Amino acid sequence: MKIVATKPELCTGCRACEEACSKVLFKDINPEKSAIRITEKKDGGYDINVCNQCGECIDICPVQAIYRNKNGTVMIDRDKCVQCYACVGFCPSMSMKYQKDIIGPFKCISCGACTRACTTGAIFMKEV
Amino acid sequence: MACKNTGIINAAELKKKHKKLTEFGFEVKEINRGYADRSLYIDLSNNEIKVKPIDGEMKNKFTGGRGYGMKYLWDAVNPDTRWDSPENEIIIAQGPIGGITQYPGAGKSYVVTISPLTDLPVDSNVGGYFGPLCKFCGFDALEIQGKAKKDVIVFIDGDSGMVTIEEAPGECVNSHILAETLTEMYADSEEDKRNVSVVSAGEGSEHTRIGILNFSYYDLRRKKCKLKQAGRGGIGTVLRDKKVKALVVKKSGVKGDSNNPADLDTIIKHGIKLHKEIYDNDDKQCRMRVHGTTQLVDAMNAHDLLPVNNFQYGEHPEAPRIGKESFEKMFDLGKPDGCWYGCTLACAHALQDFEIKTGPYKGQKVFTDGPEYETLAGVGSNCGIFDPEAVTEANFYCDTYGIDTISFGTLCAFVMECYDRGIINKEITGGLELNFGNWEAQMELMHQMARGEGFGVVAGQGVHRMKKLFAEKYGADKDFLNDIGMEMKGLEFSEYVSKESLAQQGGYGTANKGPQHDENWLIFMDMIRNQMPTFKDKAEALYYYPLFRTWFSIVGLCKLPWNDIMPADNHLTDEPAKVPEHVDNYVALYKAVTGRDFSREEMLRQSERVYNLQKVFCLKMGKGLREYDYPPYRAVGPVTVEEYKSRRERYDKQLKEHVGIDPEGMSVEDKIKALREYREDRYQTLLDAVYKRRGWTENAIPTVEKLEELGIAYPDVVEVVRKHL
Repeated sequence: MKIVATKPELCTGCRACEEACSKVLFKDINPEKSAIRITEKKDGGYDINVCNQCGECIDICPVQAIYRNKNGTVMIDRDKCVQCYACVGFCPSMSMKYQKDIIGPFKCISCGACTRACTTGAIFMKEV
Repeated sequence: MACKNTGIINAAELKKKHKKLTEFGFEVKEINRGYADRSLYIDLSNNEIKVKPIDGEMKNKFTGGRGYGMKYLWDAVNPDTRWDSPENEIIIAQGPIGGITQYPGAGKSYVVTISPLTDLPVDSNVGGYFGPLCKFCGFDALEIQGKAKKDVIVFIDGDSGMVTIEEAPGECVNSHILAETLTEMYADSEEDKRNVSVVSAGEGSEHTRIGILNFSYYDLRRKKCKLKQAGRGGIGTVLRDKKVKALVVKKSGVKGDSNNPADLDTIIKHGIKLHKEIYDNDDKQCRMRVHGTTQLVDAMNAHDLLPVNNFQYGEHPEAPRIGKESFEKMFDLGKPDGCWYGCTLACAHALQDFEIKTGPYKGQKVFTDGPEYETLAGVGSNCGIFDPEAVTEANFYCDTYGIDTISFGTLCAFVMECYDRGIINKEITGGLELNFGNWEAQMELMHQMARGEGFGVVAGQGVHRMKKLFAEKYGADKDFLNDIGMEMKGLEFSEYVSKESLAQQGGYGTANKGPQHDENWLIFMDMIRNQMPTFKDKAEALYYYPLFRTWFSIVGLCKLPWNDIMPADNHLTDEPAKVPEHVDNYVALYKAVTGRDFSREEMLRQSERVYNLQKVFCLKMGKGLREYDYPPYRAVGPVTVEEYKSRRERYDKQLKEHVGIDPEGMSVEDKIKALREYREDRYQTLLDAVYKRRGWTENAIPTVEKLEELGIAYPDVVEVVRKHL
């Protein structure tokens, strides 16, 4: 399966990845609607938060709305989801997201759009 | 009734035998800010069904849930109504917050009826999907009145907007079979099963006064129905007396906004915060996600609070055998075990392939819900039984037969003490050797209750009636039975030893429905942490906590996520016992659902209206005065020489330091007497302080001024009170 891997030390904080992600997921340019998040660290540099497809959220979902697709990526079936957001609170890396204008939680779907937008190699697709 | 097979559920064949008595179409109304503002009324005597509007006065004064239940029941019954009168109702109501999917513990229903044990209004809370699904059909409450002539199933179909009453002659009434059968029968597909919930009782409910309601919900992963219980007060007995085999609801399409709140964003943010808190802290705190409430066995045992041998003692070296570590090994863990969507505290654990050793299902491997603390302490330690498989089997049978594990545990413990002391014998029990620790005899007693046979039927009437029978028929010492028979107002005690906590004695004693801990659980604050040293402190706690806890029951929430998980910094707050951050969460949730202004003060005020109505209701039904608030002495102090001797050092010290008597040279009997006088006197002082704080007279009657202040001084309410003033 492919995941978005990170080298935070190469991140310049340009946030092109956030724009690319929110555009793909929600046809909007809004960092709050991005499944990848860049935060500036107090002592300089940036943190990159993105789902590692660990799948712990699959077991927490009461209605089996979260599953692994044939490529191994963890996906959400919006028809089944009852918007309890247990998966958001129980995500070990805090990469399952909530934004008030979007119905239900959302996450990285390993589409690679963010990695294509990154000019420094701070994020890249990796086979694991 | 052939209730033996669990493997084959021939739902289609059974359905063919149904005879439709009536059908009633209704508009499936959307919820607005937590309320449908309608109830569904069904009279089984004449198959009348109607939708009743709920007006602003009802909503403003009684909020929902237990509040609606109490008001409907108040209006339906008269002082002569008993549990089996046709006008008695079973009301199942949710509350404005109930049904949200984001905040843990938001799927509770509250059930109200006139109890066959107490002749008083009883309220019992229960998880499972029935309440929320019923609400999303467009009903804040379901009222069932009257009696059917033959066994019926009431089916509320929120997808087609149709209620039907169907004669149902074929189905087995035992809940682990009936819930599966009816879920299969009324769901359109495997996927649809989570949209169906069944309320049922069982054969035990038919022959005892301690019947329960099981509320089902379908576990998608295990592909089985799980059951949660409205356990206290004999509501299942009333259901079967009305010849209701089951209530079934079906409603698909539940989503996070089905409760249509005023401010969903705030609810989601608070929900996510609590999910995260549970994720971060549960492993370090109560471990509810792993142990559920079984962890309390170990905790209570460690503090001399676990009832052993009919509340004589508070600890036992074998208690850990029925504690958390045993059940961690037996539970089927790792799946979402919430009893409503979004409850990540997930305490409702289950066992797979549990082999049954006795009774009609002997030899079968069943899927069963795990025993809770009250069950472990009741049918386990309180009966001197410490075998985890035995208590699991007792739990399975109690649930499927529709028997309350708490009342069963406490009454069985009473019977066992009477048997051990020779007050009753083998002749009276029909051959059952009901010594403490004899789990096979305990199980046979339960099977007799289900079959309606032998001593099981006698015991199933409850401790209150057994005391009378043993004294009148078998010449037992009435005073002694009153001391050791752990019931008040007719209801059996729940499973905590209250001897060393005066506040808990008051909590049990003044509880409206009888000695159940859901109103008050003050033992740790009082006894372990000494946070309420004066009578005034205790009275304040006995004012605040019953009202705070009542609030869960009027809005549709579960108590557990209040203080069985806590913020990591809770201990740094001014009042850690109140878990202030969670109280603030509740204020925010109520505002966000209803769009109304709200505060901590208004929260108490909402509860106080319902609590006082229920109190006046007890007066209306002939109890409710001070004289009904005196616990059996076993709940207050050592009754017997053995009990005194077992904690001699503690009691001698108290005589010396608190009573001012030097125990040196005194006989144990004299020491018991002196300690009793002291403790009973303190209890009286406590009652005075509590009643005063609650705005009641010293005879426990709410004053007219109090009722006026609360806005519930309706003429028929005031009339009841005036009779006693």
